[in-house]
Amino acid sequence: MTKKLLSINDLSILLPTGADRQYAVQDIDLELNAGETVCVVGESGSGKSLTARAVMGLLPAPHVRVGKGEIIFGGEDLTKVTYERLRELRGSEISMIFQEPMTALNPVMTIGDQIDEIFRYHVSMSPRERAEKALSLLVDVNLPDPEKIIDAYPHELSGGQRQRSMIAMALALGPKILIADEPTTALDVTTQAQILELINDMQKRLDTGVLFITHDFGVVADIADRVIVMQHGKIVETGTTEQVLQSPKHPYTKSLIAAIPRLKPRKARSRAVEVVLKTEGVYKSFGGGKSLFGFGKPNREVKAVQNVQIELRRGETLGVVGESGSGKSTLARCVIRLIDSDEGQIKLGDIDITKLSRKELRPYRKRIQMVFQDPFASLNPRIRVGDIISQGPILQGEDKEDASKRAYELLDIVGLDRRSFDRFPHEFSGGQRQRIGIARALSLKPDILVADEPVSALDVSIQAQILELLDDIRERMDLSMLFITHDLRVAAQVCDYVAVMQYGKIVEMGPTAKLFKDPKDAYTKSLLAAVPGKDWHFGKLKP
Amino acid sequence: MTRSTKIFKYVCKRLLQGIPIILAIVIINFFLLNLAEGDAVDVLAGEAGSATPEYMAQLRKKFGLDQPLPVQLMVYLKNVLSLDLGYSFRHDMPVNELIFDRFAATGLLMTSTIILAVGFGILLGLLAAMRLNTWKDAVITVFALITYATPLFWVGLMMIVVFSLNLGWFPTSGMTNIAAFYEGWDYVVDVSRHLVLPTITLSLFYLALYTRMMRASMLEQYGQDYVVTARAKGLTERRITYVHVLRNALLPVVTMAGVQVGALIGGSVIVESVFAWPGLGMLAFESLFARDLNLLLGIFLLSSMLVVVVNLIVDIIYCFLDPRIEVN
Repeated sequence: MTKKLLSINDLSILLPTGADRQYAVQDIDLELNAGETVCVVGESGSGKSLTARAVMGLLPAPHVRVGKGEIIFGGEDLTKVTYERLRELRGSEISMIFQEPMTALNPVMTIGDQIDEIFRYHVSMSPRERAEKALSLLVDVNLPDPEKIIDAYPHELSGGQRQRSMIAMALALGPKILIADEPTTALDVTTQAQILELINDMQKRLDTGVLFITHDFGVVADIADRVIVMQHGKIVETGTTEQVLQSPKHPYTKSLIAAIPRLKPRKARSRAVEVVLKTEGVYKSFGGGKSLFGFGKPNREVKAVQNVQIELRRGETLGVVGESGSGKSTLARCVIRLIDSDEGQIKLGDIDITKLSRKELRPYRKRIQMVFQDPFASLNPRIRVGDIISQGPILQGEDKEDASKRAYELLDIVGLDRRSFDRFPHEFSGGQRQRIGIARALSLKPDILVADEPVSALDVSIQAQILELLDDIRERMDLSMLFITHDLRVAAQVCDYVAVMQYGKIVEMGPTAKLFKDPKDAYTKSLLAAVPGKDWHFGKLKP
Repeated sequence: MTRSTKIFKYVCKRLLQGIPIILAIVIINFFLLNLAEGDAVDVLAGEAGSATPEYMAQLRKKFGLDQPLPVQLMVYLKNVLSLDLGYSFRHDMPVNELIFDRFAATGLLMTSTIILAVGFGILLGLLAAMRLNTWKDAVITVFALITYATPLFWVGLMMIVVFSLNLGWFPTSGMTNIAAFYEGWDYVVDVSRHLVLPTITLSLFYLALYTRMMRASMLEQYGQDYVVTARAKGLTERRITYVHVLRNALLPVVTMAGVQVGALIGGSVIVESVFAWPGLGMLAFESLFARDLNLLLGIFLLSSMLVVVVNLIVDIIYCFLDPRIEVN
């Protein structure tokens, strides 16, 4: 008989008056049993995070508050208990881990002190006992060299180590419930796999009920016992993982699952002969300079890109895959000469662009354009969309009217309303902004599009649309694409050829299908093994 | 390498780096001051009322003012490097002696001002942020706004009118009671009584600035993710405010305070004039009108050294407050 830990009944969370909807979360019911993992899935704005915070009493009061309903934990209604009682429960009975382990830890306090606080405010133990307990917690979460980490500050740890420390903190007093709010979203895929495994181990050991908030169906497939799908603050579907993933009932769930990129590589196409972009022995390192007047040690040198050889042929998409810090973005920036490489050749057709001066480079700039990751930061908020798109051609000497006409055409091509021309970027959603970014890149009629993680900031359904758009454009305009991504699912779907980068070097390169089926390099293998939900074939469902 | 040796090395390095900076400041100041019309001889002659051109030329020769500028600069630099700041013809005293005498008075005023402004600024800002949107917050904010907007000299004069003339609590001017010849403890009390009004006057503006900054900084830190984590850990609001938020919120205030020590010397000119405080500010003011360039250059040199040293101290405090900053 499983023990019921938490039940949320008919809960509604009010948004401040004047928001675009009255309720952040409306009439939801949810149950969590001991030893069970319930995943709450939804896209941004679905209210999944607020639901989690409501359980902890951590809603951003006074603007956002519980309107009605109850949250029953151990016979108490958490929406009614006193602040002091809630404080007692937090961290001891119910604890929480967050998405961004860098900002979720206090930057000016050591990990040891931050763990110590939990003991100080919940149980009475001598300082020595507390220190011993903290150390043993760090050992439990498999941190290397725990004696050192206990005195370390958050910035001295890697993302994965920080998240392990957060988990150590959350599990310090063996809570009955662990609420995890997208705990692996900011982490690399191999680290993500390790953290999920750690949460799973801890859960088994302590019989914890885990409420796991995520947007990633791959993660859901790997860890969930039951799934709750949320949209616009309402629960649209609940069921066991099997039920929801294999035979979703609600159209929204169906469309979400259909939008997940398949891990199955796309069909191979015949390669063109014409090479549009070729790099030979490209090196780039940062730092390593002498300090002022030659005092002190030279700065630490980071070799971001080492001896990279790639070849991009007309009409194909070459994926560069790697985890954070692998040098893939640096490579992209070198290729379009946003930064200068230290060594090697980057050939655009026959011309080596690394040696050209700024002025000589200008005519070649338009042949290679970039789409950036963050659709919010990469568009100037004070410039109208039409100008953003037509600025490039005007700078290249095109007539103003022609450029505007072309901008209108491009808006059609990327699927935006022509009226967007006179609006500002902030009036658009993330997906729409990314379309603007693509239109801007296309305005110069480039041969090559360099896309640096173009979909990683987007929700999965939007992501599918943008990927489709990019594919469509590549076909229509005979573009070649250099596609930088950390997501192997995305790579499988859009790339003809894939290069895997680690520590600035390309460890393996080959046609997508071959590389996914028969990876040679150990790192490629570990990347493929870490893809969440790899054993599920989401793609076969059609809405 | 341990942290303390690292810091020692860093201090040495920064002091060495300070030398070219200070030399550059000296050279720039030298040319700037010489851009102004007239020299000490013009002033002396003007005050004497009757000086023949021959006598003026003779004086210029005696002071070395007849030499071309680059030569004068070289001579001055050579003297500075041997720690001789020249001779003030106006005061008939070596600049070294004059400045160090006055420096103690200014140093005292500045130290008490900084402690008052930073200390109370942090306290008031903290209080306002903790009692956000209550009457306490409103009172503090309005107080900060008014003091921020009030000119220094007017505050000084009003202080004298209210506290010295009407209430008779504090002396109107000076640093000591000249007629009393106090010694020992009595002397300390006497100087402190003289110190109160100038300190308050000079610190009010900065107090307002730091209050507003501290309030904004606290509010910003309250919105950070780690505060949610701290709440989720079940800490008390007290602990969250005083341990987590406060220390992070202090960082920008400390930076700002360090930068403003230089500006404080400028502000002290007005306050020292109003209260006849015998410090560097007043000396600078007088020597400017007397075209006493040697003395002015000396004061500037000392102030620039002070700024370099204070910045270094702030950086070191900063690296203790914020472990993310590495000294190297």
